[in-house]
Amino acid sequence: MDIIATALPALGDAFGLILQPIVLGYLVLGVVMGLAIGVFPGLGGIAGLSLLLPFMFGMDPILGLALMVGMVAVVPTSDTFASVLMGIPGSSASQATVLDGFPMAKKGQAARALSAAFAASLFGGLVGASFLTIFILIARPIVLEFRTPELLMITIFGLSMVGILAGRVAVKGIVAAGLGMLVGTIGEGASAGDLRMATYDLPYLTDGLKLVIVGLGIFAIPEIVSLLRQDRAISDRAQLGGGWLEGVRDWFANIWLSVRCSIIGVVVGVIPGLGGSVVDWIAYGHTVQTTKDKSGFGQGEVRGVIGPESSNNAKEGGGLVPTLLFGIPGSGSMAIFIGAIALLGSGQIEVGPAMLKNNLDITYSIVWLLALANVVGTLICIAGSGFIARLTNIRFALLAPFLFMIISFAAFQSGQNLMDLVALFGIGLLGIMMRRFDWSRPAFLIGFVLSDPAETYANQALQIARSRFRRGFEDGMEYIFSPIVIVLLIITVISVIVGLRQAKNIMAEGDVQAGSKRAPMIFLGIVFAYIVAAYWNAALIPGDSTDRVFPMFVAGVSIAGCLYLSVRMMLKPETDVMFADRERSGDEADAAHGLWSTLGWFAGLLVLTSLLGFILALALFLAAFLRVRAGLSWAMAAAYTAAGIAFMCGMAGLLNRDFPPGLLQEYVDLPWPLT
Amino acid sequence: MSIKRTAQSVALSLVAAAAMTTGAAAGGHGIDLTGKTVEWVIPFSETGGSAKWANFYAPLLSEALPGQPTVVVKFMPGAGSTKGANWFQDQEFKDGTVIFGSSGSTQFPYLLGDPRVKYEYGDWNVVLASGTGGVAYLPPELASKMDGLDASLLQGEDFIYGSQGATRLDLVPLLAWEMLGLQVEPVFGIKGRGDGRLMFERGEANIDYQTSSSYLSGVTPLVEAGTAVPMMSWGALDDDGNIVRDPTFPDMPTFKEVCEATAGCETSGEQWDAWKAFFIAGFPAQKMVFLPKGASNDAIVSYTAAFEAIKARADFAEISAGRLGAYPQMTGEAAKKALQSGTDVPEAAKTFVVNWLEERYGVTLN
Repeated sequence: MDIIATALPALGDAFGLILQPIVLGYLVLGVVMGLAIGVFPGLGGIAGLSLLLPFMFGMDPILGLALMVGMVAVVPTSDTFASVLMGIPGSSASQATVLDGFPMAKKGQAARALSAAFAASLFGGLVGASFLTIFILIARPIVLEFRTPELLMITIFGLSMVGILAGRVAVKGIVAAGLGMLVGTIGEGASAGDLRMATYDLPYLTDGLKLVIVGLGIFAIPEIVSLLRQDRAISDRAQLGGGWLEGVRDWFANIWLSVRCSIIGVVVGVIPGLGGSVVDWIAYGHTVQTTKDKSGFGQGEVRGVIGPESSNNAKEGGGLVPTLLFGIPGSGSMAIFIGAIALLGSGQIEVGPAMLKNNLDITYSIVWLLALANVVGTLICIAGSGFIARLTNIRFALLAPFLFMIISFAAFQSGQNLMDLVALFGIGLLGIMMRRFDWSRPAFLIGFVLSDPAETYANQALQIARSRFRRGFEDGMEYIFSPIVIVLLIITVISVIVGLRQAKNIMAEGDVQAGSKRAPMIFLGIVFAYIVAAYWNAALIPGDSTDRVFPMFVAGVSIAGCLYLSVRMMLKPETDVMFADRERSGDEADAAHGLWSTLGWFAGLLVLTSLLGFILALALFLAAFLRVRAGLSWAMAAAYTAAGIAFMCGMAGLLNRDFPPGLLQEYVDLPWPLT
Repeated sequence: MSIKRTAQSVALSLVAAAAMTTGAAAGGHGIDLTGKTVEWVIPFSETGGSAKWANFYAPLLSEALPGQPTVVVKFMPGAGSTKGANWFQDQEFKDGTVIFGSSGSTQFPYLLGDPRVKYEYGDWNVVLASGTGGVAYLPPELASKMDGLDASLLQGEDFIYGSQGATRLDLVPLLAWEMLGLQVEPVFGIKGRGDGRLMFERGEANIDYQTSSSYLSGVTPLVEAGTAVPMMSWGALDDDGNIVRDPTFPDMPTFKEVCEATAGCETSGEQWDAWKAFFIAGFPAQKMVFLPKGASNDAIVSYTAAFEAIKARADFAEISAGRLGAYPQMTGEAAKKALQSGTDVPEAAKTFVVNWLEERYGVTLN
């Protein structure tokens, strides 16, 4: 009763604050800016908020909040465009959406997939806000129950989703996840700063690879290259009329799935330290497990879009709890958000433990601004989705060079280093090979994303548990096996068993025919060699450092998996699923262009960039590609190129970003954007 | 944009005039940055304390510099700020449109001889030094074992502390607690001090410290709720270089006072000297703004005057209190002195800390 007595007036105040025309105007402005930025892969809330920061100083708090919340809220909505239409995961929030959204676009159902996704996003945002309105009042003690062992258990639960996405040969999926985790450990260890698979002579690697690069490389590059080789449009058939209404109906038919996934999104989002990286995978796993006919997943099952999209907007709401109640940002954009709040007005809003007591009305304003921004953003997106979906009917050779342009720029934003592009190319090559030989790319990505939390939480939990056990056996057991841990453990075990049993039916990447033995075995050999090298490299770290334990453990398990695969490959005939190879039959085998010549174009962009800097290289690349590969006239190619360059410069100028410099810039001082 | 800039320049001509006058008074002509863009490079990500500090100053600096240039904060994270600092070392002074913000985390690897450090503070020109302080705190049941200032009763306890790494600023609290005879086991791998506080709130860590502004916003509510009790502050430096009570926390004893009252802790000798040297490097001169090597006197004068104009704003105390705490924002000679004390640690102190890190935590720095 007491709670309600304080909450209701604050809620009333909050609506009084929000529902002013000027506040709504700022909100819409923020939403439009957020949509414009979110459409670009790699540019998320961080880029957008940085753009707004200079204007926040001394601004009326509620107006500033409306602007910022509007922008942050819709990024996970608009990045759905890239995931569904191009197969490019725009941010960590839309990785799982790619799995079924992109196949739908290929089947000519882009508008349906988009509107189902947006309807789910909107609903997720609203469920999230409603849940938070009550939950935020009692959240503090509950969140504090999630100690390190609980966080570790949630991470492991996230990893268990690999079971569902492992593909037809489960061990291959597990090795793929292991490889992803090992790639995630590259760089300085978190506990003692020892280097894993890196050297100080190559400073780029010591910071590790960034999610943007790995996500783009593993998902986007293989799809772009594959479509480009087939020289057709993304959609293989003409647009089906009235698609967007159908998507909304799909969502409504699956409303309970949407409710459940929204709750998953809020709850996982609330827990500080995990952020959004696991949410969409857990939601996807849940969707698969609760669907009777699983054969459609990976090939354009609309439920596979609705599940993750319901969760990722709800997660933004959940993420407000650690941000506002503890002053601990759940993500990079939330960190800037906290900093920006301090600049507002005269700085009277102090994010942290005192927020609920002193600023409950502001807290509620933020929660419901978020919900409102979702509504506005979704309506704009649905209105535009039919039109934007037509992109999938454009000949891909005309689209591809601009996609290479955008993902190169996005990759470069993560480290502002030419090495970003090299890493993107390398990971892209790995992605292409994993796709070709039917190794689970989602499993790899889950492994990569969860590598860092798994290692950190495992080390910390062990260390704290040791100290507890010194104090007493009971104390230690109580710490490790809390009720939450036990419940999570049971869920994880069930999910793994059920998942592995179902994995055979879920071909997340479509059916792949087996071919000869040689190529798949060579790829396995290369993967095997890297894993052994990673093991050996970790084993060289001095024995008293905890930085060696995790990579050695993961590599050990993966080595066992590789051995099993090697033996099985020797014993089985070449028609076995083990030897799946896309180059043998299907779209890839019939493709108009070879893999290496297509990849050569991208490599050319990379080499030119290292010589001339990004903008000059891009101009040459675009013109040459459009003329030679797409067969445009020189005049048309020049016009397209000019438009592309102008767009890129406008974007970078607005966001105050630089481009990768090349060798030329070492010797000659050139004006921006050629620097 | 240009309309806005014109409006700004009209509205703030007073401040600019003041800045120019002060600049001229200091003996230089100053530079004019009209229509230019100043890049303020921060060698950390958008999310850290240095970002907050720079974002606080950037709009003020834009108003105060002659010609009201646009000031943008650029983030260049990597290798714990070493990457950005190495980059800045390579910059030649051109027209005063590139400035750099360093932090304690940039100073410590420099002081400890980290092999990745290719930068030299002596080459740079300091125009602002911002200080801060820090406070250690305990859960109530452990705090009750403090006998006044005497911490000897805590010596038998098992302490867990969430740490970002022994070679970072964390070495100041870790060394202080060790001097008091506390058995503190650092749990490494946390991403920021906020995560350390969360670990404390969850009851996993039972000792923690925060820098002053984080303490005010994050821990004060816990103290009011009775779930945390301040143990001591690191103190502040007076003009003669003595450690005195922190002006932001005048009622809190300093580590020096606690140490004096605790058996086995000495406020003299090489351990104390090492602690004091690294405390001075890490806190009273924590964040600094530099112009690159070869900067003209005119540029230094203009920037110094701009920061002085910011400090002289009527509302500065009010707007800075929450973001920076009540600490000196030093310019001119005071900034140079802060830089000197922050980067010039006696060889004995360095050797002591390097050996201590290796013996106690197995950290080698090469």
